[in-house]
Amino acid sequence: MHDSHDAPHGFWTRYVFSQDHKVIAIQYTVTALAVGLVGLVLSNLMRLQLGFPGHFDFIDANRYYQSLTQHGMIMVVYLLTAILLGGFGNYLIPLMIGARDMVFPFLNMLSYWVYLVAVLVLLASFVVPGGPTGAGWTLYPPQSILPGTPGADWGIILMLVSLLIFIVAATMGGLNYVTTVLQARAEGMTLFRLPLTVWGIFMATILALFAFPALFVSGVMLLFDKVLGTSFFMPAIVSMGQPLAYEGGSPLLFQHLFWFFGHPEVYIVALPAFGIVSDLISTHARKNIFGYRMMVWAIVAIGVLSVVVWAHHMFVSGMNPAFGFFFAVTTLIIAVPTAIKVYNWLLTLWRGDIHLTVPMLFALGFISMFAIGGLTGLFLGNVSVDIPLSDTYFVVAHFHMVMGVAPILVIFGGIYHWFPKVSGRMMNDTLGRWHFWLTFVGAYAIFFPMHYLGFLGMPRRYYAYENYAFIPESAHTLNAFITVAALVVAAAQLLFLFNLAWSARRGRLASANPWGATTLEWQTPDTPPGHGNWGAQVPVVHRWAYEFSPPGQARDFVPQNAPPDAPVE
Amino acid sequence: MAHESSDSPLGTTAWRDFVADWSADRVAFRVPWGKAMMWLFLVSDTFVFSCFLVAYMTVRTSTPVAWPNASEVFALTIGGVELPLILIAIMTFVLISSSGTMAMAVRAAALGRRREAGMLVLLTAALGASFVGMQAFEWSKLIVEEGIRPWGNPLGAPQFGAAFFTITGFHGLHVSAGVLYLLVVAIRLLTRGAAAADGGQGVEIAGLYWHFVDLVWVFIFAFFYLW
Repeated sequence: MHDSHDAPHGFWTRYVFSQDHKVIAIQYTVTALAVGLVGLVLSNLMRLQLGFPGHFDFIDANRYYQSLTQHGMIMVVYLLTAILLGGFGNYLIPLMIGARDMVFPFLNMLSYWVYLVAVLVLLASFVVPGGPTGAGWTLYPPQSILPGTPGADWGIILMLVSLLIFIVAATMGGLNYVTTVLQARAEGMTLFRLPLTVWGIFMATILALFAFPALFVSGVMLLFDKVLGTSFFMPAIVSMGQPLAYEGGSPLLFQHLFWFFGHPEVYIVALPAFGIVSDLISTHARKNIFGYRMMVWAIVAIGVLSVVVWAHHMFVSGMNPAFGFFFAVTTLIIAVPTAIKVYNWLLTLWRGDIHLTVPMLFALGFISMFAIGGLTGLFLGNVSVDIPLSDTYFVVAHFHMVMGVAPILVIFGGIYHWFPKVSGRMMNDTLGRWHFWLTFVGAYAIFFPMHYLGFLGMPRRYYAYENYAFIPESAHTLNAFITVAALVVAAAQLLFLFNLAWSARRGRLASANPWGATTLEWQTPDTPPGHGNWGAQVPVVHRWAYEFSPPGQARDFVPQNAPPDAPVE
Repeated sequence: MAHESSDSPLGTTAWRDFVADWSADRVAFRVPWGKAMMWLFLVSDTFVFSCFLVAYMTVRTSTPVAWPNASEVFALTIGGVELPLILIAIMTFVLISSSGTMAMAVRAAALGRRREAGMLVLLTAALGASFVGMQAFEWSKLIVEEGIRPWGNPLGAPQFGAAFFTITGFHGLHVSAGVLYLLVVAIRLLTRGAAAADGGQGVEIAGLYWHFVDLVWVFIFAFFYLW
């Protein structure tokens, strides 16, 4: 592809308007982390109100709902999706498959800049009159566009516009990732030799290309309902004592479209995390991944199943019981490939030579968090169990553990793991360990008690919980405890940011392959890899990505591109 | 390669051979990456139009107000005679014909006849532009003469105007973008000889997009004008 072109020389073309996938990946990662920091602060504002109601005057009901909405949207879309696909996907896909870059670098660059515009439009909603939308991250009409909801004037418009722009960016990036994996692999790199990281990102990107259209369509139509006064989702309605001009629309239609995007979105976030964690575990346990082909087929099966489960988010919206049965069954079937993955991670660890490095700690933390959070999904997937638990803190606990904290642990693990390749320096180990333990134990302290609050029937999305007879005093004590834990976890992220900034300049110099990994990105001639990644010759792949601890070899790993039968020194 | 012998879940030989072929190294499809990327984009875009059309069907069936009669709304009076669906018949004919000229352009480009291919692409773009022009005429007739708006409709359900303008507008944007795309392709064919370099692949990729836009129109036509 781009065998012969020269590296760009100017500052702007090298670091700003760069078409190099590695620079674009760093741009994506830094932007996503920055906007994620906003999401983190918003979550702490919510926790302050919930833990110590009445002590913080600046958090009124409107601010609370705006924080709640923007926290959810930022974390799911602008942080997790962007960093896993735009950050990890961009950096790792070409390096792991032995390509010099994405197939269409210009479009790839455009993807980042359009994403940045989406982020800026989102952040702009914080300064417009009325502030950002407080409709809840699901943006359900009619309430999301009617007066009474915070940000119903400008906030909701900017939110929808930002989402539409984000979808354009994600599509431009996604087309590149999928096409690059399909069409630009190195000689010998068959699909069944791909590292699972690439498989996870690949399948997640396919899901993104199928699922984002539903969000795009619902976003366009909701925007028209708001701006033009169409009635796609708006029934005849009386608002503030006045009958509105809307008539005959279907609010349920929005929910179907939204969740046809929203559920695959869970796996757009989870599948890259599955892939990355597989590689972290295998590398740091010095053992081949257990059941590689099954791991691949499980990723594919989860991807396929994830588009036929969306209505399990709508069990209380009202639907034919036969549909409820169908969606409950498909939802529970997803537990099968997911459980295969968890068992295979555990069996990979079994009798492995486990190095408890910081990336490994995060990977193990992920398995724990994901398994516990996933088990509560089995409760919620059953219609009859879901109905009493619906819209309680049990649901909040479930999805935060399984698709909030679990992927973020993998993202941390991935950053600690690949930082030496990206920067040429190691991250500080001690700070990393503090960061892990505070985050991991803290996340359990935050979310585990929420299951209990859910069983008590404490509803989610309320601004204040005083004067409800069914909520006992102990629940308020627990809420205060959760808030303290949340503040500690948020503060612990400063350790991570400091470590990132400090290590980038002052960290110990890293060798080309400090973890003894087999995959191609660790076999580049330069660290960090230069423009075009491979110097004069692209690598030729001779084996799968998990040749760890082979008997009769001096080293405990064989890189994917080591020639067969060559003496390994 | 310890994993080579492990079983695939659907263990038939044919399936295994299929997977082995498809997952071989370097490329999954024996086409240039640009063509594969266009296919992927079109699949994704299919989902966009599918969602729009499914949403339209949903609001049409769930709205309590009566839906306007398509053959009356879309009729033109020519010389004192009311002809139902006459404009849309001409529009559809023009757009389908443009797919024909596009196919001829692809063939000419593959055979290396740059000038012929360029002229055919220009003709295709002209047909596309005339389609957009007729669509603008139809919109103005609906808006000015019949008073249909996105937010309301004197003939019945307000969702008629909303869905019609949204979906035909979104399709019209696709055609307009396609016309610009085709003009770029035509200019490159007529001035720079791009077809000779890539064996007509660039024209073929543009053709994929154009045929897709036509195919989508067939569905919009069926669901809006014939239902």
